[in-house]
Amino acid sequence: MKTPILEIRNLQTGVEGKQILNGLSLSVNAGEVHAIMGPNGSGKSTLASVLAGKAEYEVTGGDVKFFGESLLEMSPEDRARKGLFLAFQYPVEIPGVSNANFLKTAVNEIRKSKGLQPMDSKEFLLFMKEKMKIVEMDKNMTQRSVNEGFSGGEKKRNEVFQMAMLEPQLGILDETDSGLDIDALRIVANGVNALRGPERSFLVITHYQRLLDYIVPDYVHVLYKGRIVRSGGKELALELEEKGYDWIRNETENVKV
Amino acid sequence: MSMEPIVTVAREKAKVKNAAWSDTGKDHFLSSLEKFRSGMNGQWSGLRRDAASRVRELGFPTSKHEEWKYTNLLPVLTTAFHINTDISDVTAADIRSLLPTGKDTELLVFVNGVFHETLSTLNTGKEVIAGNLAAFHTSENVNRHLSRYAPVSTEPFVALNTAFLSDGAFIYIPEEKRYDRPLHILHLNDGRKMPSMSHPRNLIVAGKGVSANITESYHSLGTHTSFTNVVTEVILSENASLELTRVQTENRLSSHISFTEVRMDRDTQFRTNTITLDGNFVRNNLHIVMDGTNGSAILNGLYIADKNQVIDNHTLVDHASPNCFSKELYKGILDDKAQGVFNGKIFVRQDAQKTNAYQSNKNILLSNDAVINTKPQLEIFADDVKCSHGATAGQLDEEALFYLRSRGIGLEEARVFLNIAFAAEVIRSVSNESLREYLMRIAKMKLRKEI
Ligand SMILES: Nc1ncnc2c1ncn2[C@@H]1O[C@H](COP(=O)(O)OP(=O)(O)OP(=O)(O)O)[C@@H](O)[C@H]1O
Ligand SMILES: [Mg+2]
Repeated sequence: MKTPILEIRNLQTGVEGKQILNGLSLSVNAGEVHAIMGPNGSGKSTLASVLAGKAEYEVTGGDVKFFGESLLEMSPEDRARKGLFLAFQYPVEIPGVSNANFLKTAVNEIRKSKGLQPMDSKEFLLFMKEKMKIVEMDKNMTQRSVNEGFSGGEKKRNEVFQMAMLEPQLGILDETDSGLDIDALRIVANGVNALRGPERSFLVITHYQRLLDYIVPDYVHVLYKGRIVRSGGKELALELEEKGYDWIRNETENVKV
Repeated sequence: MSMEPIVTVAREKAKVKNAAWSDTGKDHFLSSLEKFRSGMNGQWSGLRRDAASRVRELGFPTSKHEEWKYTNLLPVLTTAFHINTDISDVTAADIRSLLPTGKDTELLVFVNGVFHETLSTLNTGKEVIAGNLAAFHTSENVNRHLSRYAPVSTEPFVALNTAFLSDGAFIYIPEEKRYDRPLHILHLNDGRKMPSMSHPRNLIVAGKGVSANITESYHSLGTHTSFTNVVTEVILSENASLELTRVQTENRLSSHISFTEVRMDRDTQFRTNTITLDGNFVRNNLHIVMDGTNGSAILNGLYIADKNQVIDNHTLVDHASPNCFSKELYKGILDDKAQGVFNGKIFVRQDAQKTNAYQSNKNILLSNDAVINTKPQLEIFADDVKCSHGATAGQLDEEALFYLRSRGIGLEEARVFLNIAFAAEVIRSVSNESLREYLMRIAKMKLRKEI
């Protein structure tokens, strides 16, 4: 039997006294792609942030295991070093910190935690060049400050580029498709597919079936009011596209009554 | 219109002493002056004598003094410093370990205020002069400019420096010379044997149309306290262009007071970078007078301080002529119980129409106990001017910190990234590449608490 790399059990979180996740459970095995869909405000980004270790969210119940270890106790950097990566829905701009420079530190920190020698500048540049191809990243974007003045689409592409560089075990993509033009969507999706493999899993948060045409998921989950209310195969996404969320809403509310 | 209110108004001789001034330290400095004087040559004895009597009349400011209120001078005024003129202990290796600039640099080394000829690369050609002041005491340019500008009658530390006047750097670049090689003036205060003080005096004269790049750096060694009280006078003749960078990396036993007095003639460009990365107590006074039209002055400053460091920058840009431009940016990063002071004065005289003057002071406070006292002071007497000023104090951006950490970078290193990004805006304005790299390296070490 497979042991899940990520196991979320009955997770409950809140921020400033407001409950957002209400007992969410989810297991992800190695090599699987799970899509998470759900209406605005249902808690998708909150889930992603809690997994990445953002301090402002308070966990009030449940637990999360990552490779069998308790994830919630770890610092954000330790989670990254153990192979968790979040492509942010809204990546921040960091003026004055060059993309290449900070990535070199990040890559070497992660290598260090795996007991690998750090890359020197030459090795790193070659490695970066190779990864830039994956998302057809423009050379000058790596020299610029992190996300500063990047267009919405460029920011998303930069997130996937970073993911390619850091080679995580679990990639969480929070609406990486939103704001992308048609070509960029294909490029980014191909980039993600290039990273797919038996040892690497993905949580793909999206609103649109169109992304899932490219990144074909093994499972689709619907998050509603802080819980997963429905799970299925890739057909579930098509069904949602067709019917919207109302039927899920109705079903869920009815069940409650 | 009175031209007077620019500098601290001196207490008149006859006036009763008030709480802003005290006699503490006076006797001590004056008696060590007596000892020191016996070993000095005859040059500038008149200047020294007048300055010594000015010290006697003025005394020193207390924290009740408006311009010195955040600054505790008592440790400086009550320590028995010596002037150690035996500089034979200092080796080439000592200097190399301190030296921020590259090989192509022309270097003048002073130890405890004394010129160290063998460690310096002198240039005393017919045209450009880069040497020590004492060797040129008969030079016309020295006589014309020395002690003409620094406020010896109103500022006690300028008076004290002048009372001890004996040596320092003299740089003279005559008309129309481009001086491409960077010049570096290195001042080392050697506290390895005893508490040490020095009063270096630098004079920089840039002739018409000259272009030059000069760095002053200040260092200290040893386990004894040290006190450096430096005065630098800078003269820019018409059309001259000068970049002057001051690097301060003295140790935590050091006190440093500087006065830099700059005179800008018409069509001149002056860019100055004041970068303070270490030292227990530092007080910089930078005073720029734009005496001719079409001048441009860029003032950049950076201070990174932790523990109990006190870094105090007082600047004054005096727009005394029309059509001049000044832009000032001072940035500070303060941790632990460090204290920063920024006082930026801009004066726009009545005749100085079409002035553009901008000032900004930005700070990051890394701890709850760190303090910045920032005060812009704009006094504008002309009507057709553009002036702005602003000051900020904030914390590191939490979102950016989280972003970096989420990529595997540890909290401390993520902080260094953001702090360096903040500081780099100032460091980047240093045009000498090897110096810039040195500053980046030392700034990072400082932020990682390795120094
Ligand atoms: N820091 C916060 N402070 C207050 N409320 C928050 C905070 N973060 C999230 N919320 C609230 O929690 C709920 C879930 O937000 P979340 O961003 O997780 O939704 P989402 O499913 O990602 O939505 P979308 O599809 O619009 O991206 C929303 O009502 C949101 O306003
Ligand atoms: Mg979201």
